[in-house]
Amino acid sequence: MSDHPKIPAVSMRGITKRFGSVTANNHCSLDIQNGEILALLGENGSGKTTLMNMLAGLYYPDEGQIFLDGREVSINSPHDAFSLGIGMVHQHFKLVDVLTATENIILGIGEKGKLDLKAAAAKIRSICETYGFDLNPDQKIYDMSVSQKQTVEIVKVLYRGARILILDEPTAVLTPQETDRLFTIIHNMKDDGKAIVIITHKLNEVKRISDRVAILRKGECVGVYPTSEISIQEMTDRMVGHKVVLNIERPVPKTPPEQKIFIRNLTVVDEDGLTRLDHVSFYMNTSEILGVAGISGSGQKELLESIAGLQRVQSGSIEYKDDSGNLLELVGRDPLEIARLGITLSFVPEDRLGMGLVGDMDITDNIMLRSFRDGRSVFTNRRTPKKLAGKIVNDLDVKTPSLATPVRKLSGGNVQKVLVGREIASAPRVLLTAYAVRGLDINSAYQIYDLLNQQKERGVAVLYVGEDLDVLMALCDKIMVLAGGKLAGIVDPRVTTKEAIGLMMTGGAGKEEQKNG
Amino acid sequence: MTTLIAWINRAVWFGTVIMFGSTGEIITERSGNLNLGVPGIMFLGGFAGFAGAYYYENGTSDPSAALIILIAMLCGMAAAALGGLIYSFLTITLRANQNVTGLALTIFGAGIANFFGVQVLNGGTSVKASTSHAVFATPIPVLSGLGAIGQIFFSYGFMVYLAVIIALVTNYFIYRTRKGLNLRAVGESPATADSVGINVTRYKYAATCIGAAITGLGGVYYVMDYGYGTWSTANSIEGLGWLAVALVIFATWKPVNIIWGAYVFGTFFWLYNYLPSLLGITLPNYLVQLTQMIPYVVTILVLIYISAKQKHESQGPAALGQSYFREDR
Amino acid sequence: MAELSAEKTREPFIRIARRTGIHWYQSWGVRVVAVFLALVVNALFIHGVTGLNPVEVYRIMWTGTFESKYNFLTTLRDMSILYCVALALTPAFRMRFWNIGGEGQVLMGALASALLMIYGDQLPNGLLLPLMILCSAAFGAVWAFIPAWFKAKWNTNETLFTLMMNYVAINIVNALTNIWRGAKSSLGTLNTQTKAGWWPKFLGYRFMPFLLIVAALAILIKIYIHRSKHGYELSVLGDSPNTARYAGINVKKVILRTMILSGALCGLAGFGIVSGVDMTISSGTARGYGFTAIIVAWLAHLEPEYMALISFLLIFLDKGAAQITSAYSVLNDYASQVITAIILFFILGSEFFVNYRLVFRRRYPGMPAPASAAASAGVQTTDADRKEGARS
Repeated sequence: MSDHPKIPAVSMRGITKRFGSVTANNHCSLDIQNGEILALLGENGSGKTTLMNMLAGLYYPDEGQIFLDGREVSINSPHDAFSLGIGMVHQHFKLVDVLTATENIILGIGEKGKLDLKAAAAKIRSICETYGFDLNPDQKIYDMSVSQKQTVEIVKVLYRGARILILDEPTAVLTPQETDRLFTIIHNMKDDGKAIVIITHKLNEVKRISDRVAILRKGECVGVYPTSEISIQEMTDRMVGHKVVLNIERPVPKTPPEQKIFIRNLTVVDEDGLTRLDHVSFYMNTSEILGVAGISGSGQKELLESIAGLQRVQSGSIEYKDDSGNLLELVGRDPLEIARLGITLSFVPEDRLGMGLVGDMDITDNIMLRSFRDGRSVFTNRRTPKKLAGKIVNDLDVKTPSLATPVRKLSGGNVQKVLVGREIASAPRVLLTAYAVRGLDINSAYQIYDLLNQQKERGVAVLYVGEDLDVLMALCDKIMVLAGGKLAGIVDPRVTTKEAIGLMMTGGAGKEEQKNG
Repeated sequence: MTTLIAWINRAVWFGTVIMFGSTGEIITERSGNLNLGVPGIMFLGGFAGFAGAYYYENGTSDPSAALIILIAMLCGMAAAALGGLIYSFLTITLRANQNVTGLALTIFGAGIANFFGVQVLNGGTSVKASTSHAVFATPIPVLSGLGAIGQIFFSYGFMVYLAVIIALVTNYFIYRTRKGLNLRAVGESPATADSVGINVTRYKYAATCIGAAITGLGGVYYVMDYGYGTWSTANSIEGLGWLAVALVIFATWKPVNIIWGAYVFGTFFWLYNYLPSLLGITLPNYLVQLTQMIPYVVTILVLIYISAKQKHESQGPAALGQSYFREDR
Repeated sequence: MAELSAEKTREPFIRIARRTGIHWYQSWGVRVVAVFLALVVNALFIHGVTGLNPVEVYRIMWTGTFESKYNFLTTLRDMSILYCVALALTPAFRMRFWNIGGEGQVLMGALASALLMIYGDQLPNGLLLPLMILCSAAFGAVWAFIPAWFKAKWNTNETLFTLMMNYVAINIVNALTNIWRGAKSSLGTLNTQTKAGWWPKFLGYRFMPFLLIVAALAILIKIYIHRSKHGYELSVLGDSPNTARYAGINVKKVILRTMILSGALCGLAGFGIVSGVDMTISSGTARGYGFTAIIVAWLAHLEPEYMALISFLLIFLDKGAAQITSAYSVLNDYASQVITAIILFFILGSEFFVNYRLVFRRRYPGMPAPASAAASAGVQTTDADRKEGARS
């Protein structure tokens, strides 16, 4: 631990938090100083957010103590946290759509007297000036872009007089320009003497912005280091516990790749009139994994949904070469027809359920989702899906009490295995998958990579949208980079560098079009 | 002219009943609680108000006007708020389904009111609290004598004006006060409200119970003035209760729209009785039902219109009808 | 996620935790206790207000259904109507489409039958009755289709829409009966001479065929929702519209199809009332069953076999109330509404104890907290947890 002479703004000692049998944080101790930026680094599920949620009053620790300026405090609610000067900006914004920025910012403040929106707006403007935010206090939230919403959230905590700010993965939804702007603001806040915690798993950001970095692994604090004294390699090592040898196989397929899907000038405009995909052209090969890299919200979801027939396409064409070599236009076909051609989509959304799975149904019923129409009977056939469910549970090592357990009650990784397992089981010709390893532990993630490779060897054209560049580099045969809805380039991971891809991801971006709230 | 004035008077009386009902329901719905127990609550309020006034009136030799008003309104509001409390406890604390609980509350309210109502009737078909009715129907002195203007604007009992005042105050409360802002946030996004330290449970309880009390005043007004201070088993409280629910939609959840909306509904409801003679024609009497259908049809059209326009502000609270449990985030 | 503090206290004394599993006998135990408590409250109410011996009152209520074969059969008859409406609502509710418009749909169905009885009384019953069935179903279906279409098109709030449709239907029926009755005070029984459109007696009772139809319908609905592809689709849609879209389920089509079915079955109930029970129509023909059925369906967790139980219970109470009214002058038949509502409140409230359990604070400073609350972190249910839950 640091042997700072100052009294830390926050001092967490021996914090433990359990959820049932899972220990989210195990005797974590952490100091946060005034006027510093502390990066909280860890893999998904390492307990970063849980730890900070206890500062923000969302959870109450099972064990341990929290000190503010050396005084022990008890934080039971977000309200307590506010009054202690702690403010957290969550990954999922908590804003009321139909209210203005000002109304959202002053929401819940227990000030006496009349509701004076003008005075509040004036105060907000002065905060914006101090730190360099760009915000119109009278704008309604539903008219805002993601980065504007984030601004509202940050101003919200500052307005409440927070001197300890926690930002949970603030850059996940931002363009590079917006990230730059955010970092400038964070520096301004630091200069103002505020204690700032950034939760992240992006190492370059840690390097770029933080003074110190605290690393969490499986709920334990493995160490706090001055950022200048630790290399990215060392951070990675400590984060995952052992040297990451991303030993993902990239098998050479037995059959040579053949062109399978041709996408030409695909353009998608969303309901708000924003261009989400802008004249994207590429093709997909059989026996290949095509990776898609990009900042989240660069058009990945729209691309996949367009191919699967779930997205209204503005212009462009998607042609599919069937087994006898005929070209079929997919645009305009309904999702069911496209699925019958053997194109399957497994999109893992942030909440895991809600897209692709039905939480209240059991595993068998969920497995049926793709096949329930089979046969001409008006009744569903449950026997085959049940067998398949058993096989998936067995093969993928899904931990469940029984096949009759509602998937809502399974843990995240197991839910994902069911989802991906089902899509693969339908013996697809084209497998579209997004964020398939989101939130999984390393073992489960490797199981998924193996599955994808097996599909590739079967001759399937695989599209893999991923978040981790290292994985993309190791797994994919080609990587397509999307930036701001445009195709920034397609590269061969064997010869390119991560930095080059990173550059492409940020290069083409720069429009205010990442509205993915 | 007299016909027109009579029509307007009718419309205002009628409108006042549902104005109370809708104002209360707006407060409730703004907290995200869709309370379909409005008719039941109006029954509770109406009966309790009547019973209070009736027994007081018959229990003393010289009933005071102030006490009559006080007793009737307090009894009505208390009984109605109790109905709101049952609804709140079941839907908020015990997380029961809102629609189903509301409908059960309607059965309950109507049952309680009519059950005890029969006790009061004591074998008859209707009883009247004449003194109380006189108190509630007293027009504004002096001003009501000013010819047609007086007839149109000042000839009503105090509750007509009270309804407008409550609607205006509610409007001010919702849009101009901190608590009103908090309430809107609770109805739009309880998770957000919770995250900034607003006690969602407390707001929901308070809004539902206060809303119910105001709705209950609609029942009090129905019996004491609109219904000439008479309690009978054959009353139309239930129909008016549903109309109040309709009016909330018609007003797109804005209390200020309730005021004119209620009178418009009243005008339509009584159209059949007055329009033909105004125009000097006679209409077959089955048309009365068809004209009384108009408010519902118009409400449906409004409902379709706001959903087709996708206008955020007119859609009603986003979390309407949904329960909020923090652990389900 | 896992934790909920009841209030903003220092370390909550009671927490609410979602049950991860419960045995059928436990959940039914909770419900039986709830009904029992409701009966106790009702007894206190009856005794407090009237001074009557509640046990005696309940005994007389019992006779409302079980005193005679006739009583029992009328109970069955009314139950079958209520049950039919509840069954009709079930598919819609399973896709979380809040069809509050059962009342109107039943009425429109009844209207179709009445229209045919009045204007088609020259037709032979063999032709008239099937025509009535068809038209009643069609009228009910149309009444349900209208809000469904707008729901599918613009996501128009179906709860409020269907609610309003009820009153439009009531007024239409009022207007038409107004025309038909002319100067009379009520329409009166239709076709008393010709008996055109009257369902033939079966096993000695005119409503018997309808009762059998409803029994068959219950089985069909059970199969439809659990075993058919349609039923599967609407369950997926009800739980997760996004997933339904991903699975290529045509959401609009399913909404329209299901509501047409729901409305048609409500219309069928309307036919059953007009042709087999009332032989006439009024705005009260639907008896408020359109609303009561919502409660029945919901309390039964949308399972037909439980719906039978609950509709029987409600009609039993209703009949019992009529019985006590004639037995005691101090009670009137509105007592049944009160008793029914209180029982409903208790059953509604009891569901909470089926789904959740209360965790009382057991920890002391420095001691680990009970590790039982988490619902999200995987499957973990211990027997101790369940037992503890049953007690709370």
